[in-house]
Amino acid sequence: MESEALGWYGVPIAVLGGAIRVSTPFLFVSLGECLTERSGRINLGLEGVLVMGAMSGYAVSFLTGNAWVGVLVAGLAGMALGLLHGLVCSLPRVSDIAVGIGLMLLGTGLAFFLGKPYVQPKAPTLPALHLGDWSASPQIQAALQINVLFLAGIALAIAMAWAFRATRWGLIVRMVGDSADAARAMGYPVAAVRTLCTAAGGFLAGVGGSFLSLYYPGSWNEGLSSGQGLMAVALVIFARWRPLACFWAALLFGGAGAIGPALQSVGVTGGYYLFNAAPYVLTLAIMIFTSSPNRTLAGAPGELSVTR
Amino acid sequence: MEAVAALPANAGTRAPLASDAVRRAAEGLLIPLGALAVSMLLFGVFVLVLGKDPIAVYQLIWKGAFSTSFAWQNTLQRAAPLILTALCVAIPARAGLIVIGAEGALVLGGLAAAVSGHLLSGHAPLAVQLAMALAAMTAGAAWIALAGGLRHFRGVNETIGSLLLTYIAIALFNHFVEGPLRDPASLNKPSTMPIDEASMVGNLPGLDVHWGLVFGVVFCLACHVLVRHTVAGFALRVVGGNVRAARLAGLPVGALILGSCAVGGAAAGLAGMVEVAAVHGSANASLIAGYGYAGILVAFIARHNPLAIVPVAILVGGINASGSILQRRLDLPDATVLVLQGIAFMAILAAETLYGRARLFQPRGA
Repeated sequence: MESEALGWYGVPIAVLGGAIRVSTPFLFVSLGECLTERSGRINLGLEGVLVMGAMSGYAVSFLTGNAWVGVLVAGLAGMALGLLHGLVCSLPRVSDIAVGIGLMLLGTGLAFFLGKPYVQPKAPTLPALHLGDWSASPQIQAALQINVLFLAGIALAIAMAWAFRATRWGLIVRMVGDSADAARAMGYPVAAVRTLCTAAGGFLAGVGGSFLSLYYPGSWNEGLSSGQGLMAVALVIFARWRPLACFWAALLFGGAGAIGPALQSVGVTGGYYLFNAAPYVLTLAIMIFTSSPNRTLAGAPGELSVTR
Repeated sequence: MEAVAALPANAGTRAPLASDAVRRAAEGLLIPLGALAVSMLLFGVFVLVLGKDPIAVYQLIWKGAFSTSFAWQNTLQRAAPLILTALCVAIPARAGLIVIGAEGALVLGGLAAAVSGHLLSGHAPLAVQLAMALAAMTAGAAWIALAGGLRHFRGVNETIGSLLLTYIAIALFNHFVEGPLRDPASLNKPSTMPIDEASMVGNLPGLDVHWGLVFGVVFCLACHVLVRHTVAGFALRVVGGNVRAARLAGLPVGALILGSCAVGGAAAGLAGMVEVAAVHGSANASLIAGYGYAGILVAFIARHNPLAIVPVAILVGGINASGSILQRRLDLPDATVLVLQGIAFMAILAAETLYGRARLFQPRGA
C-alpha cells in the first residue's frame, strides 16, 4: 500500500526504512549481550528479557501515561532478570547456557502472566523524529521516521566501543572475560564483575523490548517477539564482540526482517511465511560461515563457554 | 576451570560398593525434589503477592492433575508428547550437546505424518500407522541431526542453531499448511487433508489415554538400554564426558554426535505423529503448543536420565493439565503454569551446584 506510487522501486526504500525500524531492538539486545559476553558469560535468556521488557514497558506506559517511564521500567525489569541470571551463574558448577534457557522460559512465562490485562488497552507510544520532511515522496518520509531510541543506540554503541578500548572499566571487563585467573591475580572479583555486566546487559535488552511494544509494532501481545532476542545473541558472534560491528549487523538483520512486509506491500503474497523466515535463515547462514570446528573465533573472549 | 577440577574422579576401576550406589541415588533423588519444593515455595510467595491463596492454587493443581481418573487421563494424555520431546534433549545431552530444537522436530514430524497418512489412505490401518511413524521419525531425526552436523562439521553452537532451526521449521510448517498442502475444506483453521478415521491411533484398552503414552515409555526404556547397556551408549557417554579423550581413543565422535541427535529427533518427530494421528487428525497450528519447550524442562529435571523422564513428564503434564481449572476457578491467566515451570527450571539449575557438596551422599572412600 505504502509503496504503490513507486512500484517495485518502493521495495528497497521500504526495506531501508524497515531496517531502521526493525533494527533497534536487535541493536539494544546485541549491545547488552556484547557487554555480557565480553565479561565471559553468555546469557541465552535475553529472549525472555526482551519479552518481559516489552510487557512491563507497555503496562507502565499505560498506567502512567508516559512512554519514557515505560522505557525506564522495562530496563529495570530487564536488569532484575539479568541480575537473577548473573547470581545463579555465580554458583559453582552451574552452566550459563542452561540458566539462559531457563530464563527464556521464565521471562516469557512471567510476561504472559503479568501482561494478560494489557493486551486490549492502548498505551501512549514513543514519538518519532520526522527526518524525511524534505522529500515530497511519502515513502521516503515514512522510511526516515526515526525513533530517538535508534539514535540513542548508535550513541551507546560508539560509547561502548570507546569504553572497552580506553577506560579502566572497559579493561577490567575485558580482562575478566579473557582470563579469570589473571583478573583474580590482580584482585578483581570475577563473579561480581560478570554479574554486574549481565545485569547491565539485561537493562539494555529490556529497553530493546520496550521499543517493540512502544514504537514498532507498537502494541503488546503474546506473539510480539519471535526470536529477536535469540538472533541478537547470534548477531554478537557475527559482529566479533565489537559494539560498532553490532550496529551494522543489527541494520542487516533489520533489513532481512523487513523483506517480507516490503514484498507484501507490492503484492507478493505467496511464500509470506518463507520470507518472514529470512532473518532466521540469515542468522544460521552467518553462523555457518563464521564458525569453525577447528579454531576459536577471532576476537572471542577467552572465558566464553559458547565458543570453546 | 577450577569447577571442573573439583569434580570427583569418575572412572574408578574398583566396583562401586552397593551402599555408594544408594548414596548416589539418594543424592540424585533428594536434590531435585528439594529444588522442586523450593520452587513451590517461591511460586507460593508469587501467588500470595498477587493476592491469591497459594494453598487453594496447589489444591486446584492437585485436583486438575491427579485427583480423579478423568484428571489422570488428561495428565497422561499430555505427558505422552512431553516424554518424547524430553528425549530429544536428553539423548544429545549424553554426548555433551544442549539441543533445544524439539519443537521444530515435532511440527515437522507431525507434518510428515499427516502427509504420509493422507497419501496412503485406504490401506490397512496398521501399515498406514507404521508409515506415519516412520515418516515422522525420519523428518525429526534429519532435522535434529542437521543441528548436530552443523555443530560437528562447522562448529556452530548447537543450542542457538537448534533453536533457529525450530523457528525455520515453524515457518516451513505454516507455509505448507496454509499454502500448498492446505485442505480447501478447512476454512477457519488451516489444516492439511485429514487422515482416515480408521488409521487414527486409538486408545489403550479400557482407558481414555491414547497409545502415544506407551510409545513414549517404550522409547524411554529403549534409550535407557542404549545409553546404559550397549557399547555405543558407553562411547556416547565418553564423548559427552571428554570429547578430546574420545578422539584419542579412536571413537567415531562425529557418528556418535549425529546418531544421538538423530535418535532424539526421531523421538520428537514421533511426538508430532502421536499428536496428529491420535489427537488432531491432521496437521494444523494446534501442533505448535509448546511441547518442545516443556520437554526441555522435563529433561533437565530428570537430569537427562531416560527412566526419570517418565515420572517427571507426568508431573509436568499434570501441571499443564491443571492450567484450565486454575483459569476457571481462580481467574488466573493460562500462563500461570508457565511461571511455575520457569521458577522450577531456575531452581533445578541452581541446585546443580549442590551435587557433590553434601558429605552424606559421597562414597565413603572419597
